[in-house]
Amino acid sequence: MTTTARRPGDNDFTIRIANVNGTGSASANSTLMKSLFRMGIPVSGKNFFPSNIQGLPTWYEIRVSGDGYVARSGRVDLMVAMNAETYRKDHADVAPGGYLVYDSTWPRSALFNRTDIHVLGVPLSRICNENFPTARARVLMKNIMYVGVLAALLDLDRDVIAALLKEQFAAKASLLEANQKALDLGYAYARENFSCPLPFRARTLGRTAGHIMIDGNTTAALGCLFAGATVGAWYPITPSTSLMDGFRKFCEKWRKDPETGKANFCIVQAEDELAAAGMVMGAGWNGARAFTPTSGPGISLMGEILGYAYYAEIPMVLFDVQRCGPSTGMPTRTQQADLMACAYASHGDTRHVLLFPSSPEEAFYAAVQAFDLAERLQTPVIVLTDLDIGMNDWMCRDLQWDDAYRPDRGKVLTAEQIEALPKFQRYVDADGDGIAARTLPGTHPKGGFFTRGSGHNQFGGYTEDSAEYREVVDRLLRKWDTAKTLVPKPVVETSERCRTGFLTIGSCDDAVREARDRLAAGGVPLDYLRVKGFPFGREVQEYLDSHDRVYVVEQNRDAQLRSLLLLETRTTQDKLVPVLHYDGLPLTAGFVIDAVNADLARGKAA
Amino acid sequence: MSYIAKPKVAHPQLPKNDLGFTVRDYEGAMSTLCAGCGHDSITSAIIQAAFEQSIPPHRLAKMSGIGCSSKTPAYFASASHGINTVHGRMPAVATGANAANPDLYYVGVSGDGDSLSIGLGQFLHAVRRNLNMVYVLENNGVYGLTKGQFSASADLGSKAKKGETNQQPPIDPVQTLVSLGATFVARSFSGDKEQLVPLIRAALAHRGFAFIDVISPCVTFNDHEGSTKSYTFTRKHAHVAMYADYVAPAKEIRAEYAAGAAMPVTLHDGSRIVLRKADGAYDPTDQAAAFSYLTKATAAGEIPTGLLYLKTGRPDMHELANTPDVPLATMAWEKVCPGSATLGKIQDRFR
Ligand SMILES: Cc1ncc(C[n+]2csc(CCOP(=O)(O)OP(=O)(O)O)c2C)c(N)n1
Ligand code: SF4
Ligand SMILES: [Mg+2]
Repeated sequence: MTTTARRPGDNDFTIRIANVNGTGSASANSTLMKSLFRMGIPVSGKNFFPSNIQGLPTWYEIRVSGDGYVARSGRVDLMVAMNAETYRKDHADVAPGGYLVYDSTWPRSALFNRTDIHVLGVPLSRICNENFPTARARVLMKNIMYVGVLAALLDLDRDVIAALLKEQFAAKASLLEANQKALDLGYAYARENFSCPLPFRARTLGRTAGHIMIDGNTTAALGCLFAGATVGAWYPITPSTSLMDGFRKFCEKWRKDPETGKANFCIVQAEDELAAAGMVMGAGWNGARAFTPTSGPGISLMGEILGYAYYAEIPMVLFDVQRCGPSTGMPTRTQQADLMACAYASHGDTRHVLLFPSSPEEAFYAAVQAFDLAERLQTPVIVLTDLDIGMNDWMCRDLQWDDAYRPDRGKVLTAEQIEALPKFQRYVDADGDGIAARTLPGTHPKGGFFTRGSGHNQFGGYTEDSAEYREVVDRLLRKWDTAKTLVPKPVVETSERCRTGFLTIGSCDDAVREARDRLAAGGVPLDYLRVKGFPFGREVQEYLDSHDRVYVVEQNRDAQLRSLLLLETRTTQDKLVPVLHYDGLPLTAGFVIDAVNADLARGKAA
Repeated sequence: MSYIAKPKVAHPQLPKNDLGFTVRDYEGAMSTLCAGCGHDSITSAIIQAAFEQSIPPHRLAKMSGIGCSSKTPAYFASASHGINTVHGRMPAVATGANAANPDLYYVGVSGDGDSLSIGLGQFLHAVRRNLNMVYVLENNGVYGLTKGQFSASADLGSKAKKGETNQQPPIDPVQTLVSLGATFVARSFSGDKEQLVPLIRAALAHRGFAFIDVISPCVTFNDHEGSTKSYTFTRKHAHVAMYADYVAPAKEIRAEYAAGAAMPVTLHDGSRIVLRKADGAYDPTDQAAAFSYLTKATAAGEIPTGLLYLKTGRPDMHELANTPDVPLATMAWEKVCPGSATLGKIQDRFR
């Protein structure tokens, strides 16, 4: 436990459910989470699952926080131990004073011997066997039965749960009946045998109106749908797969032409990531908004095409849903360790525009922005999320869409504009922003040109002439300066006199904010900046200039964000204090607080 | 299209095609390849075929990878867009381009290194998708651009210029593609323009992946004694298995074709290919028979040429994806963005 551990209270506790992968627990867990959400209490649901389809341990963690802190809490107040294989670990992980619920059909009092926690045995299997006839129901109904037990222990609103079950099994009356029965059985057993509710419990609150519970792959897919992406190419990889699954599902429903029945989208399952990137680039060359979702290993493979698209100036959008590296690493664990790989992906002087959404909500807007930026800047844009954002359930404000939005297709010449030109010259920077106008294939005979990744001059012709080569790559740097003014600005929260602050990125947001509040409450106020895009703009430089000590919080071992700051701004090593979390689990506020306190203690000792 | 290229000013006697263009309108930049390189002859066959086929020059989209062969799209149709991609990855780029806009003539040019070594995977997957494009493999048995290493199409026992002998069996793209059920598989020789031009025309008219393996001697690194991709060797061993005459949509099939061994096949645009068997045993529409013929002929040291396998009617990538005929790239905004009311509806599922 961290030194900053706190006691649970009403609407302030964490439940962890230990399951076996593939036993149908997911829907029960989601029912539990959603019932809390519908009671108006801020909540988050994080799934810790193995890289396996069936049989290995999996955990689902629900943090309930009336105050709205939904980062991983790093503690377990109520454990539901449904997997005998992990009993020992699950028992050990319960915070002192906490509770453990398990299936006591097979009593394990010798194993569960801690005296500082409460062990609540519920004979789930026995009750199921007595009440359900089929083998399958007996396994499945155990899940919803523990939800019933928790409903009693935490005083959940049973009408809310019943409504959720009704929605879920609207089409299957028999299943609804069985689930409701299992829920009631669990509830009744707990009421009879334990003193309910527990000292910490759920209390109806009004804090979730105008919010949804959603994961970031789904919102990114929605962003692609609304941004008008028409071509998607991909090769399956955890944790990005559900992004394309989501896009396909949304397109099937909302992109089928009502008159012709035609699909106004084209999704290609590529043979590998080299091909996926090539397809996206080909579609971008031809004027479509195209994207590919991937993860670290895919980024490694896409390098050559990314360099080509940078140099030949072709828009394309990538989503890197980061997972734990290096190499195959831990595919079902989260990290932010592809920052450097993405920023400079490919050989030669190559650099890429990156976006760093912090939540599913931001992932939606970042997706739309990525297409605008890619077309405006004629270059690849990589949206970096991570497994935590991409696959976990987050409470987000309702996504908004402005019907007046029109895509920024950038400097693409129309047939009329080409016709009016004396001669089309692909890489001539007419207005000094580093961006030259392009033409799309088939538009106009005068617009034809030959796109190449080999040395070219400003007219698009092949060159090996030093001056002509430099003309183009120097202009690309001017374009980079333009990019600095176009990528989203950082979130900055400063106070007059504060000279110490956080600087963080992406999904660290919630944990760092919670840490900041708690540190401030303890008399240590800190400023806050979260980068939302790369290249870093003026605001990042100013923040670094105006602070003496900056805690750079990120989820990788090698301080990659800190390295980027050192490379791309004029800040100095000594004032950037790395706070690095890289065990594959999402960051907690406790970790950040401990790191800051340790640094402050070192400062005092020195 | 409302915009049509103005024909280049040319000699008034030069023949014009249906659009009023002369062959000069299909030319490109000056070639920088070695004098006598087979690739240059293929370029001129492509120019001739596009001219005869009356394709508006700017409606061609030229795709290539990396290699001497892959440079050649710069040497034809300068009014059209072209993209010289990275080594071995042209098929994927062509797939994406085609996904965005089905309404262009995609002509891919590649080499044996580009398609059979580094890019073999992408090449075969484009075949599998039946991507609607012409794919010309300029096959010289070596990596020309990196100075003459054996490629994956080098024949067993063939000799490199510096003397070493190739000890690995070749990947024969024609046999490979017939075995995959590619929809249009042909082989020709860069020195045989008479055979090559109608094949390219037929390939342009074919809907689906139209593949032409063109033996194209590398005069600098693979045209010596002991090479099996030299001018001399190819002239001696090339064996026409199937004549293919291209017949434009409006033209009648001549009576003599209808009789005997001739077999007219109608393509999706109404044009026809009339296949004439040079060898009585051969049926280019029967996959198993074609494969067996090709393996036997190759084992006997022959290089079968002509349109070797043809299958019409198999859906291409777009038909399988049920996409519209108009380009997705420029689709009207109302058709691609579902709007705020829909976003509200979608979100109700997440409450
Ligand atoms: C990734 C990568 N590896 C290696 C090369 C070097 N390279 C350029 S062309 C080529 C071989 C081309 O052979 P082929 O496709 O047969 O073309 P040819 O020159 O014979 O027409 C190689 C290996 C490259 N350009 N890119
Ligand atoms: S090296 Fe060979 S393939 Fe390349 S241009 Fe010269 S002759 Fe042609
Ligand atoms: Mg070659």
